[in-house]
Amino acid sequence: MSTATAQKQGFGATLWDYLTTVDHKKIAILYLVSGGIFFLAGGLEALLIRIQLMVPDNNFVSSGMYNQLITMHGTTMIFLAAMPFIFALMNIAVPLQIGARDVAFPFLNSLGFWLFFFGGVLLNLSWFTGAPDAGWTAYAPLSTTSPGHGMDFYVLGLQISGAGTLIGGINFLVTIINMRAPGMTYMRMPLFTWTALVTSVLILFAFPALTVGLFLMMFDRLFGAGFFDPTMGGNHVIWEHLFWIFGHPEVYILVLPIFGLFSDIISTFSKKRLFGYSAMVFATVLIGFLGFMVWAHHMFTTGLGPIANSIFAIATMAIAVPTGIKIFNWLFTMWGGVIRMTAAMLWTVAFIPSFTLGGFTGVMLAAAAADFQYHDTYFVVAHFHYVIVGGVVFGVFAGLHYWWPKMFGKILDEKLGKLAFWPFFIGFHLTFFIQHFLGLMGMPRRYWVFHSGDGLDLGNLISTIGAFFMTLGTLIFLYNVIITSIKGEKASADPWDARTLEWSIPSPPPFYNFKQTPLVRGLDPLWVEKRQGNGKMTPAEPLGDIHMPNNSFIPFMISLGSFVMGYGLIYQVDDSRWLFVAIAGLLITLGSMFVRSVKDDLGYHIHKEDLEEKGAGSE
Amino acid sequence: MANKTSESFEFAKKKNKEEMKHHLITFASMIVFTLIAFGMVIGDFHRLFTIPVIILMAVVQVAFQLYYFMHMSHKGHGLPALMLYSGVGVAFLTILAMQTIVWW
Ligand code: HEM
Ligand SMILES: [Cu+2]
Repeated sequence: MSTATAQKQGFGATLWDYLTTVDHKKIAILYLVSGGIFFLAGGLEALLIRIQLMVPDNNFVSSGMYNQLITMHGTTMIFLAAMPFIFALMNIAVPLQIGARDVAFPFLNSLGFWLFFFGGVLLNLSWFTGAPDAGWTAYAPLSTTSPGHGMDFYVLGLQISGAGTLIGGINFLVTIINMRAPGMTYMRMPLFTWTALVTSVLILFAFPALTVGLFLMMFDRLFGAGFFDPTMGGNHVIWEHLFWIFGHPEVYILVLPIFGLFSDIISTFSKKRLFGYSAMVFATVLIGFLGFMVWAHHMFTTGLGPIANSIFAIATMAIAVPTGIKIFNWLFTMWGGVIRMTAAMLWTVAFIPSFTLGGFTGVMLAAAAADFQYHDTYFVVAHFHYVIVGGVVFGVFAGLHYWWPKMFGKILDEKLGKLAFWPFFIGFHLTFFIQHFLGLMGMPRRYWVFHSGDGLDLGNLISTIGAFFMTLGTLIFLYNVIITSIKGEKASADPWDARTLEWSIPSPPPFYNFKQTPLVRGLDPLWVEKRQGNGKMTPAEPLGDIHMPNNSFIPFMISLGSFVMGYGLIYQVDDSRWLFVAIAGLLITLGSMFVRSVKDDLGYHIHKEDLEEKGAGSE
Repeated sequence: MANKTSESFEFAKKKNKEEMKHHLITFASMIVFTLIAFGMVIGDFHRLFTIPVIILMAVVQVAFQLYYFMHMSHKGHGLPALMLYSGVGVAFLTILAMQTIVWW
């Protein structure tokens, strides 16, 4: 009936379980592991870039290789590392925080993951024959005329993984709107759930722009169309718009959930209710809204004209206001709180000044006239690493420390956690702070060498040394993960004395999450019960049968089909026989969908008696 | 008890009838709109007149479709409506930008 009840499984059974799982907690682990692997690949690429730029006129990698490295580094980090980390955190926390037994569409959840995974694998297979080399922004005509198949892998890999992301976003949207436990009104949702909701909306509206852009580029590159080719009546500026209409919301897709989890962490470890909860919600929604009206700040130097530039400059600066509201609310939450400096809190506290610096440089860049000086220099590189590493990566580390017990039932070693933090934190500032000045001194981004005598030697050396410190921090974190999984002690249900629903059930939770749906009596529901009740959630329903979905291998097959189809499409340019491969892939996908449609899969029930047997009142 | 169910049954019946009427009216007006659109093109009116009128009628038809045939006029559709309108807003903004600030 269910594999989750089996005691000890062989490797094959475990593997099959993960290939077919529709359980949000296991899908979270899948996202985490594959995101982690891609993060290491992207990190390795970054290290190679920094080694090339360690000394002037270096010859460590060739110029062509350098272009591939920067392109794959950016693309991998955004689409294949940061995105799955966000989905890992949303999958583990959101259903538990709203008191649900799973997401709204467990089958689609699995499909979203496998599409992402196969898209990422397709993109990285390009390394064997020549990776994409037109930058992660893939501006036309550089991207449409780039020789070889690198950019084709970019287009099809991102198209497939983008479809997975879109599916995942819609799933969380429906889950949060429809699956909240009784009493969990919108204004009682934890901030992480709120930000996950807004992020899902952003995914729904932003990703289609990327999909359209990638389709147009696919027709240009693979089928001889001319959407971005002025000699055929096309226009390459359209790609820039489509990319950034997606691209700017994307940075908020990444950072908003991180804002949410920092809010939860700060309130837990300060033992205080979040300061200005409703202002935080308002700021989140406002950032999501404004995020759609600022994309052209990436195009100030494209020649939009002074009026368009001014409008977008002012809209961009406006975003700093809700962001500032958030920063102050976090500070006020900590103010006067009983602060516990756990590893999760350490990353959080370090995030605040680091991210704020990135926000400052953002406002500087938003001044359109000044941006003519900053644009495409290392100043921009410094800006977005301050917001993405100082925001998203710090946040992922904090979130992993915080929710590790919920995911794996063990607490990550706190000492090692702090030991990993310091080299990473110091290395981060070493690497990127100096880059502001390198940029202001005129060092352009995406150049494979700089020359001695330009006064850039020392800054670049410092920057590279910092990158090694960050590597050290990451390795210590990995060591921590391994040590904890071997020796770590079993975590209790609520190791942090926390406030939200996910801590009211065992770590890790049973596969059905909540034996009885809890009744929510206020913001921070568990804390309410700790203060006014007996510390346990009151059930909202009598103990009854629980309906569960069956595992399924179909999502894997659908995604595998798209992967094969992508491969065929890329190579049919050279030899039209590859079209048969593409068609075979399409048939696998359509056939799997057909099976899914005609085969009744009604799931199964866990019976009330079995639930009673399994230690009633053990929570 | 029995009285009550028959009462609510009567109510549902009346409501259904009302709904049917709306469906028929909107359906008929959609056909009329289509005829007008064709007529205007065949009748060779000035473009600056024809195009806006056709677009206007298209917008009305979409609204009919959503509200009368896809039941958005019913209760409990606040969120879908919000999402739809935000989507329309984003799409509009995109098209406006493409029309105004992309240089050819
Ligand atoms: C106060 C808020 C922010 C403002 C005012 C701002 C402003 C800007 C501006 C004007 C640029 C374009 C610079 C240029 O290319 O000349 C830029 C680039 C960038 N920003 Fe921000 N930003 C803000 C927050 C963020 C956040 C939160 C993230 C990500 C989490 C982010 C990620 C990026 C990235 C990735 C780029 C570079 C894209 C590229 O060219 O490859 N920004 N920002
Ligand atoms: Cu932006």
